[in-house]
Amino acid sequence: MTSETLIAAALLIPFAGAVLIAITGRIPNLREGMTLLTAGTLFAVVVQLLVRVLGGERPELKVVELFPGVDIAFTLEPLGMIFACVASTLWIVNSIYSVGYMRGNNEPRQTPFYVCFAIAIAGAMGVAMSGNLLTLFLYYELLTISTYPLVTHKGTEEAKQKGRVYLVLLIGTSMCLLLPAIVWTLAVSGTTNFEPGGILAGAGLSAVALTILYTVYVFGIGKAAVMPVHFWLPAAMVAPTPVSALLHAVAVVKAGVFSVVKITVYVFGIDLLSESGASLPILYISGATVIVASLIALNQDNLKKRLAFSTVSQLSYVVMAAALATPAAIIGAALHIVAHAVSKITLFFAAGSIYTAAHLTEVSQLDGLARRQPFTFAAFLIGALSIIGLPPFIGLWSKWWIGVGAVDSGSLWVVAVLMISSVLNVAYLLPIVARGWFAGPKPEGEKLHEAPVPAVAALSVTAVLCIVLFFAAGYLLSLAEMIDTPASIASASLGGAHAR
Amino acid sequence: MIPESFVPHLPALQIVLPLLAALIAALVRNGTVGWLLALVVSWLMVPVSMAMLGAVLDGGTISYALGGWRPPLGIEYRVDAPAGYLLVLVSAMGALAMTYAPRSLASEIPVGKRGLYYSMYLTCLAGLLGMAITGDAFNVFVFMEISSLAMYAMIAMGKDRRALVAAFQYLIIGTIGATFYVIGIGFLFASTGTLNMVDMALRLQDLGDSRPAFAGLAFIVVGIGLKLAIFPLHLWLPNAYAYSPSVASAFLASTATKVAVYLLLRFIFSVFGVDQTFDDLPLTEFLLVLSAAAMVIASAVAIFQMNVKRMLAYSSVSQIGYITLGIALASQAGLTGGIAHLFNHAIIKACLFFAIGAVVYRCGVVKLDQLAGIGRKMPLTMGAFVIAGLGLIGVPGTAGFVSKWYLILGAAEQGLWLLVIVIVVSSLLAVIYVGRVIEVAWFREPGPALAKASEPPFEILAVTWALAAGTIFFGIFTQYSGGVAGDAAMVLLDGIGPSDATPLLTRDELFDPTVSSGHVETGGGETGGGETGH
Repeated sequence: MTSETLIAAALLIPFAGAVLIAITGRIPNLREGMTLLTAGTLFAVVVQLLVRVLGGERPELKVVELFPGVDIAFTLEPLGMIFACVASTLWIVNSIYSVGYMRGNNEPRQTPFYVCFAIAIAGAMGVAMSGNLLTLFLYYELLTISTYPLVTHKGTEEAKQKGRVYLVLLIGTSMCLLLPAIVWTLAVSGTTNFEPGGILAGAGLSAVALTILYTVYVFGIGKAAVMPVHFWLPAAMVAPTPVSALLHAVAVVKAGVFSVVKITVYVFGIDLLSESGASLPILYISGATVIVASLIALNQDNLKKRLAFSTVSQLSYVVMAAALATPAAIIGAALHIVAHAVSKITLFFAAGSIYTAAHLTEVSQLDGLARRQPFTFAAFLIGALSIIGLPPFIGLWSKWWIGVGAVDSGSLWVVAVLMISSVLNVAYLLPIVARGWFAGPKPEGEKLHEAPVPAVAALSVTAVLCIVLFFAAGYLLSLAEMIDTPASIASASLGGAHAR
Repeated sequence: MIPESFVPHLPALQIVLPLLAALIAALVRNGTVGWLLALVVSWLMVPVSMAMLGAVLDGGTISYALGGWRPPLGIEYRVDAPAGYLLVLVSAMGALAMTYAPRSLASEIPVGKRGLYYSMYLTCLAGLLGMAITGDAFNVFVFMEISSLAMYAMIAMGKDRRALVAAFQYLIIGTIGATFYVIGIGFLFASTGTLNMVDMALRLQDLGDSRPAFAGLAFIVVGIGLKLAIFPLHLWLPNAYAYSPSVASAFLASTATKVAVYLLLRFIFSVFGVDQTFDDLPLTEFLLVLSAAAMVIASAVAIFQMNVKRMLAYSSVSQIGYITLGIALASQAGLTGGIAHLFNHAIIKACLFFAIGAVVYRCGVVKLDQLAGIGRKMPLTMGAFVIAGLGLIGVPGTAGFVSKWYLILGAAEQGLWLLVIVIVVSSLLAVIYVGRVIEVAWFREPGPALAKASEPPFEILAVTWALAAGTIFFGIFTQYSGGVAGDAAMVLLDGIGPSDATPLLTRDELFDPTVSSGHVETGGGETGGGETGH
């Protein structure tokens, strides 16, 4: 197959899956089979693409010219490849988990649920592969709209109200800030294509204008949840847990931070950013978000809310790394997209499995629960340690590279932020595990009462992934190093090991 | 598709056919016959207008001398790119509306009046097409009255008794508008001595700054402004759209105001020209402020409407603001956005009204709280509503985004960042008013009133979905929406030059039958008014 076909396949398979799921909706087993089949096929296609990207190829696909000079076009570069891999891999795991969760809780309207889920994955794939700002915007909005019905899935008054916050905040920021920023970029640079080294370098914008534009971009990408546009994320926790797990820990929020990194590298170019200091305000704001969101997480009793604020904090790691604008920090950002995805999905899976098996939602109710759900709590511990950034878990590497990037750029206070944040992570995550294992009265003849098998299997897989990726980080790193930061461009032009 | 010998007479056929059919429908007064007649004629209009558009795009402007009286003395039918596009739009919308109509209309209008409705519809169609096709300023007035009178009757036939008040309101305001227009034409005729638009444009250029001519333009802009419901002259529109029959709402929302916008474009850009209207007169400021006010205020009002049709009507007022905004920008990008929005909004709003019309047909409800859970009972209908709603918001990948993109680009080019903010804020308000309906329709449990609700008949669903598909199609294949609008914008911005004029005839030529470009029936009295002026 040609690379063009593969890209088209990766974009269309989830849509085809959505249609198949809708058709087979009356027969639940067949419907879930379709979901898994689609996820598996998509994964196979993404692996094919991965092989090519690792081989130095940049698959491209141009679909149609939307406006003079602006196409719907796709280019798969290493950063997008990483995001596509994360989304497609975890979709399989999440589909297995969903089967257990949705059936275990007798959720209504499961067919629309799976349909919207598949469309959301299509949105994530489109974001990952987009070749210019407008295509990115198109799929970014598709992702917002397709996840809105998932947030309001329960149909209660609360769900509807949270759904409104979700929709208005995400569409509002993208329309009021991101779209004007794209138009501004087009007006000054004459293109919206993502290009190595950035497109704004020669546009002649002053440092102040660049600063404004960068800030507008980051806040326009509401999915990156940099404070104060983070409200939608805790609100979205009203959704069923598989949605929180895949979308609000992986696809949606990662689409946000991915877009920030992509724009940093391919629109501004990190040389331009570090010379002009245009990213400094965002660096400070995201640094503050890391700390403040962690502090808020400390005070949340609702388990999913606590995880949501933890997500807000962790997302700002990526934004902070992007704003550092050094090659090492960009590698750290790319790694953290992966690291946080597998770690946080494990934590959410665990939270959902607690809800399914014990119908508990608050941290204070979890006393001694680990004795009944040992697998769930073991996985939670692994996920938590990975978030904290301890070896041998993947979370270590991203923090490491972001730290290196901070030292490179001379922003030592960022290293301090990382350390304080790690301490706070310990403070808000580990007590949950401790409560589960050690609090409460000694059990007498308590029996094992785990969540349904598919759910437990899924969270075990992601927990194992946290460890495996620690040792397999070399592959990730080789991919991340291919991202077109000036250093890698230099090494490529010098005939270095990572020649494109 | 069309016989060769008909081709030179297409401009006349475009008007004469619906007008004759309207007469027959009025005489027969039978609902079924009237519908068949309207359906056939409406669908015939589509290839006719398409053939003309094709000819225009290939070989330039078509000029047709009605009754063999060559312009500028006789009435000229003149089809250039903007007129051609508008004719295609109006005839396509008419065809779709008539395909949709029979069962929906039968549920809203008593048997005895159905034949008359189709007669009125055909008259209205002839009037709207006539306004688009004619190149004679006074003839425009005649067609304007023809279409308006028919519209008042169509609106008054609504099931709700408030339709009568709505029609009366529109009658009063519409008549004032038409009067203003004809007063303006009087001023222009007094200043230039001609009624042919091209001729008038050339003479105005020679005239320079003329106070009577500018006064004429002011009357014309206000008169047309009433017709196109430019804020704050929109007061007739919400009631008229809310209480008229579903088919009429959709047809009028997608064509009537659009034709009025076209007239505004004609007078501002073709008759007067960009230099005079935008440099000598404060038209830019005037239109910019009113458009921005429409976009924000009317959208905000739409949020608080409980009647979904009324909400869509207020949304129309705000969307018309987008179109006039494009006119006010008077740049290639801005005007492209405005014209593109003229077409896109027609498609989108027709789809929304058709979807709601389907709900009215099945359940007879239009109040928002009565629509709870309707999405689960009629998923296909409300699915189309969602797609068109996304188009209204301007989500990328839909037609609405194309026009919004050009408008934002046009505003950004001129450094009008405040205007960019207005555009995006208005889009955000659209998220809220569309979202309200979607939330109620999909995320509430269906009430007892909707227990028996089910998908509407095939033709209603097909038309609604054709438009929903159009919303997506024109959002992705933008050469048919943005590209086409760009061509039309270029034609309008170029204005009219001496090369467009028809050379004045010598006395011999005037009476020489071989010179005339075609001999056809003049289609009755509607042309008489124009000729008495000469």
